[in-house]
Amino acid sequence: MSTGTTKLDVVVSDVVPVNELVTRFHFRRRDGELLPTFSGGAHVVVEMRDGNRTRLNPYSLMGSPLDTREYTISVRRDDIGRGGSLFMHRSVHAGLEMVISYPVNLFSLDLRAKKHLMLAGGIGITPFMAQTAQLAGSGGNFELHYTCRTASLGTYADLLQQRYGRRVRLYHDDRNERVDLDRLLSSQPLGTHLYVCGPAGMINWVRDRAAVLGWPSETVHFEHFAAPQPGAPFDVTLAVSGKTIRVGEQQSLLEAIEAAGVDPPYLCRGGVCGQCETNVISYDGKFIHNDHWLSEEDHRSGCKIMPCVSRFEGKSLVLER
Amino acid sequence: MGITFRKETFRDDYTFRNSPDHIRRFPFPFNEDSYMYAVNIEPHVVGPKGSVLENLIDVDEHYVAEMQDRALVLAEDPLRCQSLPHMTLAGWDLLELLMEQQALGYPEHFTLTRDGDRWRWINRPLGIDDTFTFGDTSTLPYGPMEYITRQSQGDFCILDQRDGNLWMDAGMVTTQADWSLDFDIGMNFFEWHAPVPLAHEKGIFIRALKFLTNIQQGKPARRLNWTMTINPRLDTSPENYHKWGPDRATVTPENVGQKVHLRVELQSFWRLPRSNGIVFPIRCYLIKMDELVTQPKWARRLHRVIRDLPEELATYKGLTRYRPTLIEWLSKLDDGSPTSPGFGPD
Repeated sequence: MSTGTTKLDVVVSDVVPVNELVTRFHFRRRDGELLPTFSGGAHVVVEMRDGNRTRLNPYSLMGSPLDTREYTISVRRDDIGRGGSLFMHRSVHAGLEMVISYPVNLFSLDLRAKKHLMLAGGIGITPFMAQTAQLAGSGGNFELHYTCRTASLGTYADLLQQRYGRRVRLYHDDRNERVDLDRLLSSQPLGTHLYVCGPAGMINWVRDRAAVLGWPSETVHFEHFAAPQPGAPFDVTLAVSGKTIRVGEQQSLLEAIEAAGVDPPYLCRGGVCGQCETNVISYDGKFIHNDHWLSEEDHRSGCKIMPCVSRFEGKSLVLER
Repeated sequence: MGITFRKETFRDDYTFRNSPDHIRRFPFPFNEDSYMYAVNIEPHVVGPKGSVLENLIDVDEHYVAEMQDRALVLAEDPLRCQSLPHMTLAGWDLLELLMEQQALGYPEHFTLTRDGDRWRWINRPLGIDDTFTFGDTSTLPYGPMEYITRQSQGDFCILDQRDGNLWMDAGMVTTQADWSLDFDIGMNFFEWHAPVPLAHEKGIFIRALKFLTNIQQGKPARRLNWTMTINPRLDTSPENYHKWGPDRATVTPENVGQKVHLRVELQSFWRLPRSNGIVFPIRCYLIKMDELVTQPKWARRLHRVIRDLPEELATYKGLTRYRPTLIEWLSKLDDGSPTSPGFGPD
């Protein structure tokens, strides 16, 4: 597949278990050169050759943008997911040659901010690893609030506290520690930008409270890559390529289109970047829109779909692909 | 080997000329006998040897003279170069991009050596040999954007990307076709394109913005734009309108070939890695009618394009005053035969 970004040939240089759910992977370029420079918040799409199936999952780069000898990502194992994280945990080992995309940043720091206030939940810590490293390197003002289920699942919490001391605050669910969000948001200096990455519920909660408390929307940044949700299989006709395909239970519509030999553009594969937006020519049924890209009006219109995360239930669906 | 840099001027006595090689490599912007806006964006990849696309950042025989002209413009008006405080990192990104590309394309003229953050930059045509610390502004005589764009042909707009839009928050703009960085700085994509006629109705800007905000690192894109300029003047800014505007009334049937210049902008778009901004180099190429019509295909086609141009576009591009004189002059070189497909000369 050639329509995402430029590709990088890498070798897995190290695989490091971090805790009972999270494993870190290190990549170096096969030709020994430096990897491309990136900015905090960027992700790469990792291609996984899983038997005769290619999985493409985005993962945030968590190393320091100041050091591009290697890229590092952290993958949380999801035992009931679609299998990408399980493949990473079970089948990826040091020495394996892999292909990843160039970095793409859909969760960039707003460099106008006087202060960067970061809220992370669980594995949502990964983009902040790179962002805090970038800001620390340039004397930027940041503060990180990190919620995790238990201390042992506080991925990189110790490391972050070691690096940044009081700029990092931890909250453990099992100790009933909660972010006093309203107080936190109300006490920030003017010019603060807010960044949130974590489970959808957390992102919605933070965005809602920020809006209620009068934060301008352009100062609130969030990253939520929705993993494609499984669902009932459905059939799709691709008008331009003249193919009819079946989307499997565990397969996304985008993956089914790719498997049929059609090469649609993509960047995030998580419903946020807009690259794979596709026109609907006709349909009889109901869309299950899971994306964050299209407007509510677009969703209602029945004219567009984001095949990376959205599904369909019904009799017929014809797409312009 | 290497480029023979011309000694020439873009003001006063106007000694600017294109050598025969440079006439043939001119980026003629019309691939058919008519012109209308289109989202004519394509991947910015290396093109044929000897063309302006041989390297992704082109350096040509006008390099030294253009850099001298830029220095004159800046001495008179320092506001042609501006960078809002949050754009310094993007300036370093641009410095790296231009040094890398110029050194890669023209090793006989430019050399970049890196030892960690300690960089050495040698620019032989301009007699520069500087060592500095990458990321430390105090080690350069100017900010990083100004430093490198005083040594690179073309204008440079650095765009910040946020809220699904692009913001013109930094730039070096001294060779522009009647627009002003000082006016546009801080504006978003729709604001700075507001004066362009017709294209809004066609939804072109919405599609173009969507494309641009998705530009990826390692995958630059490009497009051509064009207008016309009387006399080979690089600086046709609104600030200096009083100097160049009246020239449009001086075109006569006798001097069309010498005075009227086709002005082509090769615009490219690059994602900057550290800042996640986009840089938009606008490289200006000038060619006078006498030089252009040495290629019969271009002469015939340009006649048809200018003759059939929609009125609003001709007005926007400022051609109204001399358009009939130009069409009359070009018509004598159009024998009515078909033009071959593509941009290049026959």
